[in-house]
Amino acid sequence: MKRFVIKEFLHIFRDIRSMVILFGMPLVQVLLFGYAITNEVKDVHVSVVDPSHDQVTTAIQQRLFASGYFLQGEVLYSQGEIEESFRKGRNKMVVVFDDNFAQKLERREIPSIQLIADASDPNTANLLVNYANGIIAGYNQSMAVSAGGPVIVPEIRMMYNPALKGVFMFVPGIITILLMLVSAMMTSISIAREKELGTMEVLLVSPLKPLHIIAGKVMPYVLLSFINAISILILSHFVFGVPVNGSLALLLAESMLFIVLALSLGIFISTVSNNQQTAMMLSMFALMLPTILLSGFIFPVENMPVVLQWLSAVMPPRWFILIIKSIMLKGTGLAYFWKETIILIVMTLVFILASVKKFKIRLA
Amino acid sequence: MNNAETAIEAKDMVKRFGSFIANDHLTFSVYKGEIFGFLGANGAGKTTAIRILCGLSKPTSGEIRVAGFNVFTETEKIKKHIGYMSQRFSLYEDLTVFENFRFYGGIYGMSRSAIREKTSEMLGKLGITELRNTIIASLPLGIRQKLAFSVAIMHTPEIVFLDEPTGGVDPITRRQFWTMIYEAAASGITVFVTTHYMDEAEYCNRVSIMVDGRIEALDTPAKLKARYEAASMNDVFIKLARNTIEK
Repeated sequence: MKRFVIKEFLHIFRDIRSMVILFGMPLVQVLLFGYAITNEVKDVHVSVVDPSHDQVTTAIQQRLFASGYFLQGEVLYSQGEIEESFRKGRNKMVVVFDDNFAQKLERREIPSIQLIADASDPNTANLLVNYANGIIAGYNQSMAVSAGGPVIVPEIRMMYNPALKGVFMFVPGIITILLMLVSAMMTSISIAREKELGTMEVLLVSPLKPLHIIAGKVMPYVLLSFINAISILILSHFVFGVPVNGSLALLLAESMLFIVLALSLGIFISTVSNNQQTAMMLSMFALMLPTILLSGFIFPVENMPVVLQWLSAVMPPRWFILIIKSIMLKGTGLAYFWKETIILIVMTLVFILASVKKFKIRLA
Repeated sequence: MNNAETAIEAKDMVKRFGSFIANDHLTFSVYKGEIFGFLGANGAGKTTAIRILCGLSKPTSGEIRVAGFNVFTETEKIKKHIGYMSQRFSLYEDLTVFENFRFYGGIYGMSRSAIREKTSEMLGKLGITELRNTIIASLPLGIRQKLAFSVAIMHTPEIVFLDEPTGGVDPITRRQFWTMIYEAAASGITVFVTTHYMDEAEYCNRVSIMVDGRIEALDTPAKLKARYEAASMNDVFIKLARNTIEK
C-alpha cells in the first residue's frame, strides 16, 4: 500500500502536465480572477457634450470624474460626433447636458441630462449608467439639502462584501473548480492510464484487493487537493484579503467531503472509460463545463430557465459553492447548510455504489 | 492425477457471454515445471481462458484448480502463487527499471532487501545492470519485454501466465526471450503461455490448440505433427482449423 502511494506520487511528479495542472493552475487562476477577470468598472472613458458650460454642469462633471470609475474623454459638440466617437471606440458612455443648465434650474424648470452608453456590451453599459445615475442623484441630494428641503436618502450597506470585491465571489468558485479538476479529472485519467497501458490487469492479478488499488490511486490526490485548497485560501487571504469568517475547521471538513465526492466521481468516470482520452473528455464535459456554467459560480442559478435549474441541482459544485460562501463570507455554521451537506454526502454514496457495481460487472 | 504433480487442473471449464460460448467444456491439465503452450487463432477463446485461470474472471461452470486452489472460492490464494505478463508488457513507462521492480515486488509483499537482491540478480542475468535507473520509456521494446518477464517471476510464483508475450518483437529477441522461459521452467516455475506464432509452439513441452472455443488437440508438438502428418506446427494448425470449418 505504501509502495503504491509512492509509485503514484512518482507518476505525478514525473509528468510535467500533471504538475502544471496541480500547482500552476491554482496560482494562475486565483491571480487571473483576482486581478484581470472582474466585472467591476474602473477608469472607463466618458465623453461629455456640454453646451451650457456653467457652474452646475462643471460641478456634476467634477463629481463624475472624481469618482474613480470614469476618465475624462473627449469634449464633443454635436450628435454626429457622438456616433462617430462610439464607432471609433473612444468611449463607452457620453453625458449630454441641456443648454442653459444652471439658468433653467434657477427658473425652476427641469433641465435634462442624457446618458448614452455603448450597449454592445450590455453588462458594462448597465453598470456605467447605474454608476453615473448614482453620482448625479448624489449631486441632486446635496443640492436639495443645501436648499433646505426634506430629502429621503437611502442608506446602503452591502453585507458580507462591503467593498463589492469580485474576488470574494470568485475564490469559492475557484476552489470548487480546482478541487473538481484535480480530484476527479486527475484520478479518472490516472486510472484510465493504467487500463490503457495494461498495468491494471497486472494489478488485478496481483494479491492486491480492488479496494486497495483504488485507495492507493486516490490517496495522493486527496492529499494534493487538500494542499491545493489550503494554498488557494492562503493566497486569496493575503493577496486579496478574502476573509474566512466562519470556522476554518468546518471549511476544511466540508472541503474534504467535496474532495471525496469528486474522487468518487472520478473513479466512476474511469470505470466507464477505457482510455485516457475518453476519461479526459468525459471529465471536461461532465465536470468542468457544468461546474463553471451551471453551479452559480458565474451566472446566478435563479436567473436560469427552470430546466437548467433542475440540472444545476444535480451538480455537486452548486451545493459546495453555497456551503463555502456561507462559511467564508457569512461566517455561518453547519446549522445553516446541513441540507446542502447531506446532499453532498448522498451524492458521494451514489457515485461510490455506482462505481463499485460497475467495477464488479467488469470483473465478472 | 493428483495435485502434487499438476499445477493447473481444468475439467469442463465453460464460459458463456450471453448466448456466445467463449470456452466450451475445456478439459486439460498442466504439469508442474512444464512449458504449456496455449494456441489458437484470435478470438478462439485463449484470453478468456487465461483470465479465468488468473482469477480475473469467473467461469460459468466447471471444476478448475490453479496451484491447488479452487478458482471459484480461492482466487485470493491463487493470486499469491501466480505471476502474469500481458501482451502489453505492463511496466510503468514513466518509472525507472528499479522503481518498477520495487513496486511489483512490494505488491507481492517482498521485503526491501529481497527486492534489491532479486533486482540485481535478474539485471545481472540480462546483462543490463547499468540500466537500473533508466526510465522504461527510453528502453527498446525487446528489453522492456524481458524486464516485464523478469518482473512477472521476481516473486518466484508457482505458475507464470504469459499472454502473447512476444507480440511485436523481432525474431532474435523472441529467441532470447524463449531462453529466459526455459531458464524459468528449469528453476521449477510452470509456464503457461499463449501465442499465435506457430514456430514458438515447437518450443513448448506440450501444446493445446483451441478452435472456436474448444480444445481440438492437446499433446507434445512431435506427437501432434506425427498424428496430423504435418511438417511443422503451422501445418498442424491449418489442418485443424480446416477440419473444423468442414465440420
